[in-house]
Formats: sequence, structure tokens, C-alpha cells
Amino acid sequence: MVKEEVVLVSFWSSPFGSRVKIALEEKGIHYEYKEEDLFNKSSYLSTINPVHNKVPVLIHNHRSICESLNIIEYIDEAWSDRSPQFLPSDPHQRSQARFWADFIDKQLYEASKKIYREKGEEQVNNGKKEVLRILKLVESELGEKAFFGGDNLGFVDISLIPFYSRFYTWETFGKFSIEEECPNLVAWAKRCMQKQSVANSLPDPLKIYDFIVSLNKYYHK
Amino acid sequence: MAGDKVKLLGFWGSPFALRVEWALRLKGVEYEYVEEDLSNKSPMLLQYNPLYKKVPVLVHNGKPIMESLVIIEYIDETWKNRPLLPIDPFERATSRFWAKFVDDKFVPLIIKMSSSTREQKDKVAEEAREVLKTLESSLNQNKPFYGGKILGFMDIAVAWIGIWAPMLEKIIDIKLLDEEYMPLLNTWFRDVLEVLVIKECIPPLDKLLAHYKDYYDRFMATKSN
Repeated sequence: MVKEEVVLVSFWSSPFGSRVKIALEEKGIHYEYKEEDLFNKSSYLSTINPVHNKVPVLIHNHRSICESLNIIEYIDEAWSDRSPQFLPSDPHQRSQARFWADFIDKQLYEASKKIYREKGEEQVNNGKKEVLRILKLVESELGEKAFFGGDNLGFVDISLIPFYSRFYTWETFGKFSIEEECPNLVAWAKRCMQKQSVANSLPDPLKIYDFIVSLNKYYHK
Repeated sequence: MAGDKVKLLGFWGSPFALRVEWALRLKGVEYEYVEEDLSNKSPMLLQYNPLYKKVPVLVHNGKPIMESLVIIEYIDETWKNRPLLPIDPFERATSRFWAKFVDDKFVPLIIKMSSSTREQKDKVAEEAREVLKTLESSLNQNKPFYGGKILGFMDIAVAWIGIWAPMLEKIIDIKLLDEEYMPLLNTWFRDVLEVLVIKECIPPLDKLLAHYKDYYDRFMATKSN
């Protein structure tokens, strides 16, 4: 077997990086982790991701793959002989999974920043409304399934679950309870957390909260 | 596939519907094209795409697929003849990366370009030119198309810029596709748009220009009120 060299460059709090960690662990792929300081970006990062200069970046046998959802598809295809398969085999179901992951990508992170980064009750409330709208839509897509992927973690599960670490932060800043508003979604999140790959890959919610509070001091200077 | 029913809900002036048509035609898929009036969206569109209410939507045997790049991948996976994406996972990831790069970086700048002052427009146009220059860095001088000797996913995902950029240059009076600054990109767009299957479904350029100019003028009028 050819020795595979797999490196993940990311930042501990990045939900996008967590997605990749989960995917790698689910497939049982050994990798080296390199922490990048996002407040003091290395020249190394600009060589492996010259276009965006962002994390996460996966480096597989010296070639870089960027953008987290793209990386997960790559992992699924490059290690297609290993289960689980993140994307289903039926083309229509695959298109649905890609659609929802893309929806989450486009909307959730930006909307959530309004809750904790903005000053002013109106902006915070707008952020809260948007986040709940998105989570409720996603919750109804989940329906009665254990996971978006069916019986196991799939592409959409991996795309969404890292944001669970941020629920505490959103709830504290926005003064609301996500469990009250989206009980099925929180039940899903707790099911995901029982998986080793997820539990090992997600940062502690309180650590995230402290980090965001200190970041706000920096941004609101 | 016999008995397949394929419908594309689109708008004649949409670059995203156009690239889905390119994918269908390259695969030789028979489809029914349904023109949507975007100022009066049909119940069918609202039923198939309740979340975004946008075109294009592909309906295959009654099942809808939304978001043009997702649709193109669906087309590639469902009709396996004449592949659009390469076989190698790394090359597939690279194609997807560049297609998304353009959608994420270039499209918002076009929208932003309807800024009111001359100075702001020029500044945004400069940013847009840099995005295009970065896109050029993905091209290989030795290959006519990104897909190699024949058109691939990246080519059809991005070639709409070769039509829309010159049009925007006329409407907004800015420079985007600088021939000197981006020679490879200019050549690449020209080569892609010359391919018969691509060329034959490009809408009439004068009609497109008139449509977007009218849209832009009305938008600018509301801004100054």
C-alpha cells in the first residue's frame, strides 16, 4: 500500500475545519494536524491556499484541496473504498444533500455572526430570527430520520454539526433556547455527539463562548 | 433513457439557466424548456423551489433539483455518457473549487457594481478584474479547454462570463476582460463560446444587452430618488 501523507491545516475554533476532522475520522484516515494562527497567518498558508488564504486546507500527497465541503467530497471520492460513504449513491439524493449543505454554507455562519458580533438589540434580534428560520428549515428536512444521511452520518450531518458547538454562544448572546424552538434538531445534535468522530472533533462550547467574547473586545475597539 | 421526462424551468436572460442548458445539450438529453416570467413566478416554480423561488430548476421525472452547479453535477451523474467532470478525485475537487470561486467572488461584485459613484464603480471593477486574473491562473496554456481537448464542467460553469463581462463593460462603462492583462482568459472564453453546442443556445446579444441595460437604468433611477 502506498504511504499516504495527509495533513489538515486549520484553526481550533473553525466549524469548517471541524467538518474535515469528522470526515477524516469517520473514514479512519490517519493525518497530521497543523494549527494555523488566523491572527498571524503564516506564509505557509498562502502557499497552500493562494486563492483564499483561509483554513481548512487538506494536503494529500503534497496537493492541496480547499473549501470544506469540497474537501469532504474529495475525501469521499479519494477513499471511496472506505465506509461510510458521505454522499448517497442515488443522484437525486446526492443533489438534495449538496443543496442543503450549500444552503447551510451560504446562510448560517453569516446570520449567526449578527447575534454575537453586532451591537444593538435590533441587529441581535434580526440575527436570532434568521438563525431560527434556517435551523427550522433544516429541522423539517431532517424529519423523522435519525441523521440527514439516514442511519449514519452523511454529508449534511457533517456540514451542520460543527455549529452545535456554537449554540451556547448564540443562545447566551441572543437570550433564547434553541432546544425549545427546534427540539428535533437538538436531539439530532446529541445523537451526533455520541459518535467518537464528532465528540473528538468539536471544540468545547464554553471555550468557543470565551473566545468569541474576547474577539468582540478586539472587533469593537 | 427511454421514457425520461426532463423539464428545465429557466429565464432566457439567466446565465445560470444557460449553463444548465449547455450541460443538457452536451449530454444529448432531450428536455422541455419552460420560460419563467420572473416578475410573475408560476405556481410550478414556487412549488418546486419554495426555498429560493429561483431559476433554474431541473425537473426529472417529477423530482426537482435546484442550484445550477448542483444541477450540472446531477446531470453528469445521471447521464453517464460524455463525462463533464474528470475521473481523478483531485482534478474533480479542483474543477469544483474554481466553479465555486467564480460564483462566490465574481457574482457579488457584479451586483455591487451598481454603486452610484463613478469612483466606487471603478474600484469594484478593479476588484472584479483581480478575480478574473486569479481565474486565469487556473488555466493551462497547452489545453484549449479546462477539460482538456473537450469541454468539461469548469468550462461550462464559467464561460457565461465571456458573454456577460463584455455586456457589463458596455452598460456600466468599465473594463473587466482586459485582453492585455488576461490574454489566456480571453482566448479561453472565445474558444469555449465558439463550440457549436454552446453557441447555438446563447441568447441574442442585442436582446440581452437591451434587457440588462433597462434593468440597470431602472435600478439607478430608484437609487437616485
